Amino acid sequence: MTTVDATAALEEIKKLVGMESASASYLIEKGHVRRFAEAIGDPSPLFSDEVKAGQSRYGGIIAPPTFLRNCPSGPFPQPIRSPFTRALDGGSDWEYFEPVRPGDTITTVQKFSGVEARQSRLGTMMIMSRETRYTNQFGQLVAVQRSHGISY
Amino acid sequence: MTQWAPILTDEQRQAILQWKGDTVVLEVEAGHVKRFAEAIGDANPLYSDEVKARQSRYGGIIAPPTFLRAAGSTIPVVAALAGFDQILDAGSEWEYRETVRVGDVITSAMGVKSVATRRLAIGPSVFVVFEATYRNQFGQVVALQRSTLIRYRGAG
Amino acid sequence: MAATLYWDDVKEGQDLPPLVKKPTTQQLVKYAGASGDFYPIHYDKDFALANKLPGVILHGALKNAFLGQLVTDWIGEHGTLSKLSVQYRGMDVPGDTITGKGRVTKRYIQEGKHYVDCEIWLENGKGEKTTPGSATVILPSRSGE
Repeated sequence: MTTVDATAALEEIKKLVGMESASASYLIEKGHVRRFAEAIGDPSPLFSDEVKAGQSRYGGIIAPPTFLRNCPSGPFPQPIRSPFTRALDGGSDWEYFEPVRPGDTITTVQKFSGVEARQSRLGTMMIMSRETRYTNQFGQLVAVQRSHGISY
Repeated sequence: MTQWAPILTDEQRQAILQWKGDTVVLEVEAGHVKRFAEAIGDANPLYSDEVKARQSRYGGIIAPPTFLRAAGSTIPVVAALAGFDQILDAGSEWEYRETVRVGDVITSAMGVKSVATRRLAIGPSVFVVFEATYRNQFGQVVALQRSTLIRYRGAG
Repeated sequence: MAATLYWDDVKEGQDLPPLVKKPTTQQLVKYAGASGDFYPIHYDKDFALANKLPGVILHGALKNAFLGQLVTDWIGEHGTLSKLSVQYRGMDVPGDTITGKGRVTKRYIQEGKHYVDCEIWLENGKGEKTTPGSATVILPSRSGE
């Protein structure tokens, strides 16, 4: 394995903390919600059965909590370049405020919220944190996802 | 052994010919058409670019010719073919009559057009020609598809 | 979009512009998701090997889609695809380069419409025709009929 000067790269990346991405918007479609629910193996009728979902407290079909992963933000004005090429998903914390429904238009913006280097079994790792905010067509904040990407 | 038993009995053959598939309904959504076009690697703006598609002769986004597969791509379950579990898709013939647009509600109904048996290298095989009729919400037939599936017995 | 293709300018024996595709296992997964065809021979190598296949193979319907694109790219916005036939004679595998080709076989007028028939096919990297087919299209004519 080649050695990488992680310290210098870390200092460069730190300068980008606080940077915001461009926004991207998505129309939420019923068929997509149904196929996504099928793909994650969740048979809840709230995601696919109009009659049952209509009788529920939501009054109609809603999207599963992690459906918003289908709605990534636009690009950052400057690329965030890790010195490492291997990547792992370190996890996400979600906070939900409003349901997502077919017919909604979701607008996504991401903020680069932090970076740190750590030593691990896999060598030096860089952990980059992002905060993603999802807003619907009424301007309501629907959810916030704080996610951590690992590169090594 | 003096003679091979027939691959299908007359009863089985009749049952296959009378088979009718469940009706499948597909609402044509812009995102689905876009992802399908991306999956087949077709960058035609008629399938994904609302502005360019509006300026075209179609006046809006249309679906690629084979998109209708998404309304009927489940492998048909025909009880009389039990045991012939291996499947080869031998081909399709499409006849297109109307444009498929975003917002259309397509209903597809499938039946069997013909059955034939043959002894192939892969073993005793049944050739089934399925015919799917796709209609839109106005009752117009948008397309007909005849597809040939070869069913044979697996090694197991 | 490309310039309009007129029936008047098409000649029997003429070749269609080829379409080159380099399908990957990722494309097969995308196609499975977009089409709903989840037969495991298209994404599960162990399952495919157990079925005496060389590995995962392309969905026939994906090859049908390639042939559809070959024709619709050629006829452009003002042409209309009327018939499309495909026969899966040989298997195609991800990683290979697949080329769609075609040739005009017949040009005729029927009930006032201007038709062109083509033979179309896919070739694998060795130049073998794995997937023959045919198409019938309706084109605009310069006379505007």
